Amino acid sequence: MIKLSNLYKNFDDLEVLRGVNLDIKPSEKVVIIGPSGSGKSTMLRCMNLLEKPTHGEIIFKGQIINQEHVDINKVRENMGMVFQQFNLFSNLNVLENLTLAPIMRNHLNQEEADSKAIELLNRIGLVDKIDNFPNQLSGGQQQRIAIARALMMDPDLLLFDEPTSALDPEMVGEVLDLMTELAEAGMTMAVVTHEMGFAREVANRIIFIDEGIIVEDSYDPKNFFDNPQQERTKQFLSKIL
Amino acid sequence: MIINSQGIVNFITDNFIVDDYWKYLANGFLVTIQVTIFAFIIGFGLGIFLAMIRVAHKDLAPSWKTPSGILINILNKIANAYITIIRGTPTTVQLLIMFNVVLINLHNLKLVAILTFGLNSAAYMAEIFRSGIQAVNPGEKEAARSLGLSYLQSMSRIVMPQAFRNCLPSFGNEVITLFKETSISGFIGLVDLTRGAGILISKTFKAAPPYFASALIYLIVVLILEQIFHALERRVSHD
Ligand SMILES: Nc1ncnc2c1ncn2[C@@H]1O[C@H](COP(=O)(O)OP(=O)(O)O)[C@@H](O)[C@H]1O
Ligand SMILES: [Mg+2]
Repeated sequence: MIKLSNLYKNFDDLEVLRGVNLDIKPSEKVVIIGPSGSGKSTMLRCMNLLEKPTHGEIIFKGQIINQEHVDINKVRENMGMVFQQFNLFSNLNVLENLTLAPIMRNHLNQEEADSKAIELLNRIGLVDKIDNFPNQLSGGQQQRIAIARALMMDPDLLLFDEPTSALDPEMVGEVLDLMTELAEAGMTMAVVTHEMGFAREVANRIIFIDEGIIVEDSYDPKNFFDNPQQERTKQFLSKIL
Repeated sequence: MIINSQGIVNFITDNFIVDDYWKYLANGFLVTIQVTIFAFIIGFGLGIFLAMIRVAHKDLAPSWKTPSGILINILNKIANAYITIIRGTPTTVQLLIMFNVVLINLHNLKLVAILTFGLNSAAYMAEIFRSGIQAVNPGEKEAARSLGLSYLQSMSRIVMPQAFRNCLPSFGNEVITLFKETSISGFIGLVDLTRGAGILISKTFKAAPPYFASALIYLIVVLILEQIFHALERRVSHD
């Protein structure tokens, strides 16, 4: 689905990613963990080119996307992103938040977009908020709307950057439940999170990243936590568990 | 001084009614309004354009290698220089330079004033729009881009509508400033409200009534503008 090949990213003198190799297959649910500042967000943001890699290749559905003459907007239509701070459009109501992109990008006409939005809102139980503006919603509601907004484009891959870190504890569950539902429906997901329960139960693969390189890459989440292979992974897990 | 109704009537008659004196103020006022409105249109359009250039330059960090990158880089340098020069020199001097040098062959005084005040206001409006744009949560712009919207689509649908809301108060101030600043039009011989008052004084030889009358007219228009902008602010806030 997406492949990072020898990926480097510098911010001026700061080397943030230092040769990342990662191949995510369709329907994989990859959880990415690592210390703060290790480059998790940067890696995720390179995947949809919100950050431009300094060096290396990103191959999405067989196409190298970080090269000239690639229509990055077209690529991003197939790759949704969910942000820590939700980033709903504060000048638009819930319905407009959902329908803006599919209409602007000519995926759907107004009627199709409206009915698809209503269907999604029904599914996440927020159809009564359809006319509300983002600042009238709780954090958990906003994040679920943000996920629905990404789903409106029928993406092949969803990127989550700490989707529950800005939420009050009592709202974490509702967002994780929705993400679990998506995972079970077969969505390909790359999730940066500190929710180790989600990692253990939902992910099929866990990646530990430190100082801009992938230190450990495990296809056995339960074993990863009980029996980490690398010394640095052990140290990190001992701090957070 | 005895103030009674007969006295007031006589006062108004002597200073404003006789020989249609009031027409100096009325015609001047029309000129002031025309100059303000057309200068506003120029300032608004050019101001947004300049602000967009500066913001696009910052957002896109264009390289000097591609044609569009070169274009944005050059436009940004011009926009910066323009804004610096306009904001760093007195409007009166700009008006005199336009009249005596740049537009020496343009004999329409009103047009000279409109162009000067429009080009002047554009620099200030550009800075207002720019700070309004930069006050928009950058995460929302990223969210729009992450959904596939182009830079221009995310600017026009997400960033600009919020930027307008952000800068409405300073924008109202700028319109009021522009309106009052047109009172220097007399420097190039254009008979606006202020100059009209001056001419009236040369007829009646009394300074106070025409000047106070013109001041009152300016004040009333400013109060109206303030009400309009307050109403606009109320309309666009949906909290
Ligand atoms: N736009 C940026 N400019 C400069 N430095 C940045 C930028 N974004 C991130 N960094 C730096 O890159 C490093 C990795 O950041 P990030 O990818 O956000 O880490 P993580 O998400 O793992 O906490 C940090 O040191 C951060 O300060
Ligand atoms: Mg991060």
